[in-house]
Amino acid sequence: MTLITVENLSVSYGANTVLRHVDMVIEAGEIVTIVGPNGSGKTSLLRAIIGATKPSAGQVTLKPGLKIGYVPQKLHIDPTLPISVERFMRLTNRVSRKNCVEALKTAGVPDLLTRQMSQLSGGQFQRVLLARALINRPDILLLDEATQGLDQPGSAAFYHQIEDVRRKTGCAILMISHELHVVMSASDRVICLNGHVCCEGSPAVVASAPEYRALFGTGTGGALALYRHEHDHEHDHSKDSREAAE
Amino acid sequence: MLDDFMTRATLAGIGVAFAAAPLGCFVVWRRMAYFGDATAHAAILGVALSLTFQMSVFTGALAVALLMAMTVTLLSGRGYAMDTLLGVMAHSALAFGLVAVSLLSGIRIDLMAYLFGDILAVSRSDLLVIWGGAALVVALIIWRWSQLLTATLNEELAYASGYDPKREQLILTLSLAVTVAVAIKVVGVLLIAALLIIPAAAARSLARSPESMALIAAAIGAFSAVAGLRAAYVFDTPAGPSIVCVAAILFACFSLVGWQTKHKL
Repeated sequence: MTLITVENLSVSYGANTVLRHVDMVIEAGEIVTIVGPNGSGKTSLLRAIIGATKPSAGQVTLKPGLKIGYVPQKLHIDPTLPISVERFMRLTNRVSRKNCVEALKTAGVPDLLTRQMSQLSGGQFQRVLLARALINRPDILLLDEATQGLDQPGSAAFYHQIEDVRRKTGCAILMISHELHVVMSASDRVICLNGHVCCEGSPAVVASAPEYRALFGTGTGGALALYRHEHDHEHDHSKDSREAAE
Repeated sequence: MLDDFMTRATLAGIGVAFAAAPLGCFVVWRRMAYFGDATAHAAILGVALSLTFQMSVFTGALAVALLMAMTVTLLSGRGYAMDTLLGVMAHSALAFGLVAVSLLSGIRIDLMAYLFGDILAVSRSDLLVIWGGAALVVALIIWRWSQLLTATLNEELAYASGYDPKREQLILTLSLAVTVAVAIKVVGVLLIAALLIIPAAAARSLARSPESMALIAAAIGAFSAVAGLRAAYVFDTPAGPSIVCVAAILFACFSLVGWQTKHKL
């Protein structure tokens, strides 16, 4: 079942066109990652999907009644704003405390309910954002560089959590990431964006595509090697990434 | 009861404190402290205009404050940083206002009354305007509370939840303009921002939730109004500044207490 259809989408800010003629389809239950260099329009694409940016051409069609869980790129809560994790999670959702606890459990932080948001660490904060997005049992999760500010083990753990969420809830996941190494292992499909869709397909296919290599060059090879190295130590399911690196 | 000028002054102070408290919380959370200043300074121009065209001071001040608020909202994010824009607009509006007042021929106005407020001269009809405006602002904020709070936390989060953060920003801006217009008589143009920010800031160290911060700020503001007026009466000091002084002292005390408990943990 198709959740999101993007047809011929273009987005401009003034005279500056950041996206042209983008076509994209997200199916139920799949993990899709958008990679691309800075300024390639990744965030604009996500903003167009949630309706925060008006397309200058083309259109975004959501499945009727589609429930979206959104995890923002970076959320700065001013320290002058006192708000507990529970209050934060229930702010835009009419849900019970029990649902909050459940969502926190799914996101891997079951004990944070009564803490103040300003007291959380970076990793805890991102997981609370994830839990907040999960609370309404969304059909799809949108993550905009959700691991910004986390160190490498931290973001690897976060992406494992995402895979875990998909396994438990079956919701589709569309995420933006600049951390190619992590992305390669977790995604069903990778879309390589640079103002337009350069190439897309399974992680292995994209990694070997000439367009992708032209964009990310040798630096990526290094990152993948690093990742493979790490995972040889810690995990046993790094096959995808090894294929991707080769 | 309303025959006594002290009673009227106290009621006026409490009315303004109630509107300023929740609004002040948003001003603090969103770091738009300068916004209150700018809107207030612009209101002097409104006072001059309303005297020229023989409208009520409230109408003139409200019109210019609204205009100012909308202009700044429109211009923000287009080349100049927000604080630069506000600095330019606030002080030029104040300057133009003062010049305009001096050009008014044949009318003697007490400029000090508008710069520092003249709460002791509050009339029954002023009281009606103040409480009407305050009720409007408080009702607006209660009605949009979750949306305002979400938009304050994160713009994209608001969009994803189906709210338009720009509309929420506009609601805040309009409320700010109304509050400034009704508060001119009470504390004056130069001290309105203080009444917005100080009670909210003082409430921060005592509050555990956004709602409690707004309520505590309202209590601190109302107490400052009552105690400030009393102090002004006893020590024969100007009323508006005395109110702000009480609020500032409360801020210092609560911050010290908050700082101490934090460091004991």
